[in-house]
Amino acid sequence: MDLFEYQGKQYFARYDIPVSPGGAADTVDEAVKVADRSGYPVVVKAQVQVGGRGKAGGIKLANNAEETRFHANNILGMDIKGHVVKRLWVEHASDIDEEYYASFTLDRAAKKHLLMLSAQGGVDIEEVAEKDPDAIVKLHIDPVDGLSAAVARTAAVDAKIPDKALDGVASILVQLYRCFTEGDCDLAEINPLILKPTGEVHALDAKVSLDNNASFRHPEWEEYRATEELDAREQLARTHDLQYIGLDGTVGIIANGAGLAMSTLDVVNQVGGKAANFLDIGGGANADVMAAALEVINFDQNVSSIFINIFGGITRGEEVATGIVEALSRVDLRAPIVIRLDGTNAEQGREILKNAGIPESKLVSKPTMLEAARAAVALSNGK
Amino acid sequence: MAIFVNQNTKVMVQGLTGGQGKYHGLRNKAYGTQVVGGVTPGKGGTDVEGIPVFNSVAEAVAATGADASFIAVPPKAASAAILEAAAAGVRFVVCITEGIPAQDEAKVYNTLVRDYPNTRLLGPNCPGIISPGKCNIGITAGEIAELPKPGKKNVGIVSRSGTLTYQALYELKQRGIGVSTCVGIGGDPVPGTNFIDCLREFQADPETDAIIMIGEIGGSAEEEAAEFIKANVTKPMSAYIAGVTAPAGKKMGHAGAIVSGGKGTAQGKMDALRAAGVKVGQNPTEAGDLMSEIIKSIS
Repeated sequence: MDLFEYQGKQYFARYDIPVSPGGAADTVDEAVKVADRSGYPVVVKAQVQVGGRGKAGGIKLANNAEETRFHANNILGMDIKGHVVKRLWVEHASDIDEEYYASFTLDRAAKKHLLMLSAQGGVDIEEVAEKDPDAIVKLHIDPVDGLSAAVARTAAVDAKIPDKALDGVASILVQLYRCFTEGDCDLAEINPLILKPTGEVHALDAKVSLDNNASFRHPEWEEYRATEELDAREQLARTHDLQYIGLDGTVGIIANGAGLAMSTLDVVNQVGGKAANFLDIGGGANADVMAAALEVINFDQNVSSIFINIFGGITRGEEVATGIVEALSRVDLRAPIVIRLDGTNAEQGREILKNAGIPESKLVSKPTMLEAARAAVALSNGK
Repeated sequence: MAIFVNQNTKVMVQGLTGGQGKYHGLRNKAYGTQVVGGVTPGKGGTDVEGIPVFNSVAEAVAATGADASFIAVPPKAASAAILEAAAAGVRFVVCITEGIPAQDEAKVYNTLVRDYPNTRLLGPNCPGIISPGKCNIGITAGEIAELPKPGKKNVGIVSRSGTLTYQALYELKQRGIGVSTCVGIGGDPVPGTNFIDCLREFQADPETDAIIMIGEIGGSAEEEAAEFIKANVTKPMSAYIAGVTAPAGKKMGHAGAIVSGGKGTAQGKMDALRAAGVKVGQNPTEAGDLMSEIIKSIS
């Protein structure tokens, strides 16, 4: 789960990482209140999860209440690459002497934590990596050992962080690492990490991505979930606890297993169609799960055919078939279904579907994944 | 022969008294696997359909001589269960648990490397391992795995995805091709056993004549495997990579299946494998067809 900047900053604050005084605002009046409280000049920042906010006019400096009102009014409701701005972050504008970069991620290949630190911050780090790779210090950290203050300081020296900022940067690295590990982040990034003329170092931006698998030990994440940028289909899927990702094609997809679901999207694409979604109903494809899945697919107005791709391993074909028949009696579908049912007891399953009295205009059974994909795409194209 | 497990492997089930552990543990036993015990703290002395239950892994090992463990416990308890098995000297640990936090996984992995180098972890979030006719640990339906055929060419399977593992088994069964061992390494970011570990074993296994590898988007395990194949694997291979059409930045069901910053794409992985001499199919069926051709050409 990706956090908005304001949430990332609030999350940082939990781990004592210094950020600028400021607050979130949903209205122009609130923005002015936060600005008055934070002290002018302030920066008014659009809260959207997409890069290039500044270029799009979503980040503005305001020297007084009037300017704050003007910019907040412009930015709220602004469309930035398809993301409509509903919330602002308003903070005291910092004087900046220098800009650095710091992040922690998991290096999957090395199976260790990775610190990336650079004295060249405030720009796209990928660009720095390309033009001047030596400007980025990459340090692997054994998750069992963790990051000590001494190692953090050495990394800062290696990254050519100037002496006057060393203590501040090293201390923030240790706190950011705590946020990354104890806070269960997939990514904890500060860009830029700034040095102020006063000698203080603090986080001017916050990019935080949380590991959903750890949500059981983070009740505080509940509020972040509430603001996640989901489309209406994804919202509905979430209420049913389904693994769903909305896409922009016309073939609705239901499959059991993440790998098979991904593969289903690929096969639909190969035969000239486009999937409307990714949906993994997992191992137990009973009637309740199937009905919920069909309800979510049916809600998507772009869907003109549905491809159910089930491979029975532990899940038995006859159970799946019974589930589908029952689900069809509960959900009134707009689009026809093509089903490919294979694996354990698949023949019994197909028999059940055949004998259920469902007209062929509503449900077609195909023996292989490819044939089913072709049929689903043809139906979707009105053939 | 087979890799990692065989007919002599003695398995205990951590979480045998729970729903998943009981269901799959009993299925594994019915398949013919030597399921010799179970572990559930506080339930020692009881039994599950004749399988004795112990309070700790150490007790179970002492009493039964178990050398492998099947872990089917919730995410909160999984890390401790893995380390308990390792500390008790268990050689091969299969963890099917889905949803373990990545931070815990990274810690467990590095603890195993450092303190328990003789323990191999398979998973987490994996379907397990099956050596058809010999041993089945995990959730694979044994009946879809074709038995290896003496005197014929048999195939080893290694896969990141559960259902695609089944699909691969099924593709081979349809074609009457025997399977030496099928390993599901799981879809999490820090798997205990990776492609290379399995490829090395398959290359050395006299019963394995060819290998199918099934990967998916995210990370660089397939690219690293391709490098290894180029240098070390002489047995012919076919492969399939899922997620060609997956949008960037979205976790596709598996915690590890995500394209981020333009890295971990299916295309990149397919290119790497092709460059290593692997025949790459556009879908699982095509990978099966390619394996059919391989078997014909080496028979």
